[in-house]
Amino acid sequence: MSATGYNFAYLDPQTKRMIRRALLKAVAIPGYQVPFGSREMPLPYGWGTGGIQVTASVLGRDDVLKVIDQGSDDTVNAVNIRRFFARTADVATTDRTAEATVIQTRHRIPEAPLAEGQIMVYQVPEPEPMRRLEPREAVTRTLHALADYGFMHVKLYEDIARYGHIATTYDYPVMVNGRYLMSPSPIPKFDNPKLHRSPALQLFGAGREKRVYAVPPYTRVESLDFEDHPFSVQRWDEPCALCGADDSFLDEVVLDDAGGRMFVCSDSEYCASRQHAGHTGPAHRAQRGSLAAARAGEVGIEQGKPVPASNDTASARLGRGPASS
Amino acid sequence: MNAPLLPGFAQPEDHAQRVFRLLLDALARPGRVQTLPFEFAAPAPLAPATGAAALALLDYETPVWLQSADSAPWLRFHAGCPLVDDPARARFALIDDAGAMPPLSAFAQGEPEYPDRSATLLIQVAGFAPHASTERGPTLRGPIWSGPGIADEVRLGVVGLPDGFWRDWQRNAGHFPLGVDLLLVAGAQVVGLPRTTTVREA
Repeated sequence: MSATGYNFAYLDPQTKRMIRRALLKAVAIPGYQVPFGSREMPLPYGWGTGGIQVTASVLGRDDVLKVIDQGSDDTVNAVNIRRFFARTADVATTDRTAEATVIQTRHRIPEAPLAEGQIMVYQVPEPEPMRRLEPREAVTRTLHALADYGFMHVKLYEDIARYGHIATTYDYPVMVNGRYLMSPSPIPKFDNPKLHRSPALQLFGAGREKRVYAVPPYTRVESLDFEDHPFSVQRWDEPCALCGADDSFLDEVVLDDAGGRMFVCSDSEYCASRQHAGHTGPAHRAQRGSLAAARAGEVGIEQGKPVPASNDTASARLGRGPASS
Repeated sequence: MNAPLLPGFAQPEDHAQRVFRLLLDALARPGRVQTLPFEFAAPAPLAPATGAAALALLDYETPVWLQSADSAPWLRFHAGCPLVDDPARARFALIDDAGAMPPLSAFAQGEPEYPDRSATLLIQVAGFAPHASTERGPTLRGPIWSGPGIADEVRLGVVGLPDGFWRDWQRNAGHFPLGVDLLLVAGAQVVGLPRTTTVREA
């Protein structure tokens, strides 16, 4: 199974030392983006090259690796990265959150609570939370040095002025240990509270932007908000259709072209283990035909990316389109 | 002319990774004593954990300040790191006699835009006293550590630090996000002390 002719976990020892030194400084300055010499990896930027380099530098022979992509262990990105490390580092892999010592993730935090000793590795496309407001790196560096985050508050205020509420739903900016403004990577804001005082060590890697940063265990991580517009997370009117969970992040799945849809856990391992434990959701209680449709929906999730929230109405409208025309 | 050099890691890749994880744990969980998971011999005056950390982290990119030059040939051979005389130019400093060390402000503090460009100091101490009391009653009231990485607070005494060290440490913390980060070493044991950790003397 393990590939020969490669260094352990692919990266050469000197690159690992360089990344490891950057990670130690990242841990010492929570939320601060440490520049590092990002290497070319055997997959394109945007597919988790930062996360992979962090994982490769951290991973040892005794580690148990879990990789998720949008909460699922079985999507293309997760399967490939997991196989990459199984081959180049010969490490054990798992899809059970509790068994993993290192969890590399794209855009979710598992629903099962993390434990002390676990390391979360986040894939980060854009480490700079203010980049869309200020494109110049030299300026955002200065703003971080001065802890001048007025920009971001103005952006959130403009949301409120325009929409009546803060419209940012993912990659929601956080303040780390009361000092550095940080991008939590594009996790849904539903996951933001899990960053706060997590017992796990959280490492973030941005390959294209060549930055690593970290949140040590038990560190304060506060989502930006206003006194009269406090931070709040997404809620759903119904539980997960498959396992009945009412405390997890749900993906909307379009079932047919007549407006049929269901909501299922984004964390596939959480959902599966709940079903295994005997929990059932509305889809199981429905008729046989609907259950088959539900299964079809499940396959849909595994093969493609979940439908982003903003497209929900659009896809539903598309579904209904031919009938109404 | 010289005694033969001691070897480096028996399994370079594996040992470097395990030492790094130990150091990562040490800085992510300050005040908790970590122990080197394998036997390692470093040349005097370096402690085993100091030598192991040096081989895991140092290379041609890291200027190093040595308090005592005795281990220079070993470091040069195994790590290939440049050695510098000016502590302010060093990325790492190896300090074997804490009593005679320069003040923390003598080392690179980083820049406001790049606080990561500061020194990491490996300071050898006599030992750690994690328990505030013995069976004969409280004998050592260790200082109280708090900050990121510490759930509530921990109490850990460090034996062998010079007088006034914790005041110097307080000054270091006062310059956050600038400042140095420390790895305190006693034999095969390591305790991390990043710049975010507050240490209150009881």
